[in-house]
Amino acid sequence: MAEVTLENLSKSFGDTKAVDNVTMTIPNGAFVVMLGPTGAGKTTTLRLIAGLEKADHGTLRIDGRDVSNEMPAQRDIAMVFQQYSLYPHLTVRENLAFPLKSPILRTPPAEIERVVTEVAETLQITGKLDNKATELSGGEMQRVSIGRALVRDPAIYLMDEPLSSLDAKLRTDLRVELKRIQANLGATLLYVTHDQIEAMTMATHVGVLNEGRLVQFGTPREIYENPNSLYVAGRLGLPRINVVPADMFAGAPDGASFVGMRPEHIRQGEGVEAQIQRVEHLGDQNRLHLRVGDQAITTIADPTTDYQPGNQIKISPKDPLYFGADGTRIR
Amino acid sequence: MAEIKIKNIRKEFGDFVAVRDSSFTIEDGEFFMLLGPSGCGKTTTLRMIAGLELPTSGEIFLDGEEISQRPPSRRDIAFVFQMFALYPHMNVRKNLSYPLVSQGMRRAQVKSKVAEVAEILGITDILHRPVGGLSGGDRQRVALGRAIVRDPKAFMMDEPLGALDAEFREHMAEELRALHDRMGATTVYVTHDQLEAMQMGDKIVVMNNAVIEQFGTPQEIYDKPASMFVADFIGSPSMNFLRFEGAVSDGVRSVQLNGQTLDVPRQMDFASGNLVLGVRPEHVSLTDAGTYRGEVLATEYLGTTQIVTLGSPNGILKARTDSTQIATVGDKVGLAFKAASITLFDETSGRALRSELNHGVLANG
Repeated sequence: MAEVTLENLSKSFGDTKAVDNVTMTIPNGAFVVMLGPTGAGKTTTLRLIAGLEKADHGTLRIDGRDVSNEMPAQRDIAMVFQQYSLYPHLTVRENLAFPLKSPILRTPPAEIERVVTEVAETLQITGKLDNKATELSGGEMQRVSIGRALVRDPAIYLMDEPLSSLDAKLRTDLRVELKRIQANLGATLLYVTHDQIEAMTMATHVGVLNEGRLVQFGTPREIYENPNSLYVAGRLGLPRINVVPADMFAGAPDGASFVGMRPEHIRQGEGVEAQIQRVEHLGDQNRLHLRVGDQAITTIADPTTDYQPGNQIKISPKDPLYFGADGTRIR
Repeated sequence: MAEIKIKNIRKEFGDFVAVRDSSFTIEDGEFFMLLGPSGCGKTTTLRMIAGLELPTSGEIFLDGEEISQRPPSRRDIAFVFQMFALYPHMNVRKNLSYPLVSQGMRRAQVKSKVAEVAEILGITDILHRPVGGLSGGDRQRVALGRAIVRDPKAFMMDEPLGALDAEFREHMAEELRALHDRMGATTVYVTHDQLEAMQMGDKIVVMNNAVIEQFGTPQEIYDKPASMFVADFIGSPSMNFLRFEGAVSDGVRSVQLNGQTLDVPRQMDFASGNLVLGVRPEHVSLTDAGTYRGEVLATEYLGTTQIVTLGSPNGILKARTDSTQIATVGDKVGLAFKAASITLFDETSGRALRSELNHGVLANG
């Protein structure tokens, strides 16, 4: 396993800057998640590291070595794609063994057998080793394709939305599993997703991308509690952070145009008068949709509360985040 | 508008029973959810109400009139599909006018009706645009508009948000619900997404394997599940099941798990053998005082809260706790369960045992 460094990496397709001057260090043994909407440059960054695209500018180092001009095979990376591409005519065992049979690696057969068995156990697919790849469910196929990366011991694992084609329940299970596997192996992993739950729950570090630029890099807690722009604040948290004019509540600092309040960071009982529009009973919490003037605000209440539409409550921010007119954080 | 009453409705396709003797009532003006996994019979139920399928047996009453064998055109129900089908060569106004013109409505009346509906949906400024160039959200609004213009007695919606991405879906769900609140039309809505059902529904029917598992308000179904299926299907993470062997009887207020006494709501049934203690993740807390012990297997940060996965003598369980609480993988911790929230199940039948918590809900099916 290794540390991977991106230095001023850029890549354009025609007039579009897909990756714009990205500098980032993926520490050895870290689980780094790159988060952003479609078109933010996540997948291109991943493909630059893999060597599937060539950067226009910048340097890429794996374990200190400049690999910018190396072929994908020379870079010692393993990649998992969103669409599992298994060999349909081979069994699970043969699919898992395939990467180890590469002429570059020259793995002895006994070693191949040992590694395949070990990975199959980790992924809980031991019982299916002799099935044809086509005889598996979607979740099993995706586990095999993750397994095909795990049989190797590369410098870094690169994963491009590997869970997004699975159903919700399986995704939840595999999230926990993938994080456990990564921690046990001490593997360095770069994971691309637009799913904020995956980013928050699995990552040791999150890199938030916006239009090709890396706009913030830190632990999930830092990104959630201390975003440096409105854009970043809106990437994490469901329901989304409320953004209203800063003068709605007293206490805004100079230069603040907006105040951002996460739904759970709103105090009830004092402050500004708000009218309840709608109450959603989600079981573990009640979600309140409020209106203050022409502004909509969402907040959360205990499931035992009995608010009705039309009720008035008073609200004030708790741990508010302030932003300037251009969306940058004002501290 | 309309009350819809379903009585012992059943649908067979050859040997396959898609819907098995279901009965429920949709009150006038309700936003009513049919929820379940794929293949459970929810869409077939909806299609029978709309008249796109005829029931094998049973009755459907729309405002007291039995309509189960009538063709769709004579039911006065509008259907909104998952894939919104618009006429691509017409502009928005013509798409909205079409159902009215084909009914033979006068032009002046069509015009005012379309203007009214466009106003409700906030699409007045795009009435002249061809539908081809519209965003996904606007296309969906036009599709809804086409259902609304006819002033039907009720709306049937089959996963209308299923094809949208998460963020946009959340937005459309709110918009749809706000629209319902303005119009007050009886709406029957099919979904497999439990959060969507909880968020939008006044009432929910949970279906599984052609059978209605439970029928009630979102909070009732969440707090007082009638079966292990419902407890597992609703909520994320779903309800924890701690399996144990034991016995309960009328009046009992605690059970023994792995030698520890755990308080439960006063029981009203007799049961013994393989039992299950069901507790929601937010009702599990980590406390040094807890005598029931577990080991932290994983933690998932979610902002203000975190999900802690724990190993226990009676199986794996998840706790939702404040994210400021420190839980390190490998730690042995004491656990406490909120006694008043616990549901016991009989594992063989999967049914909830009656207690002071849930007997009111279980009594009405």
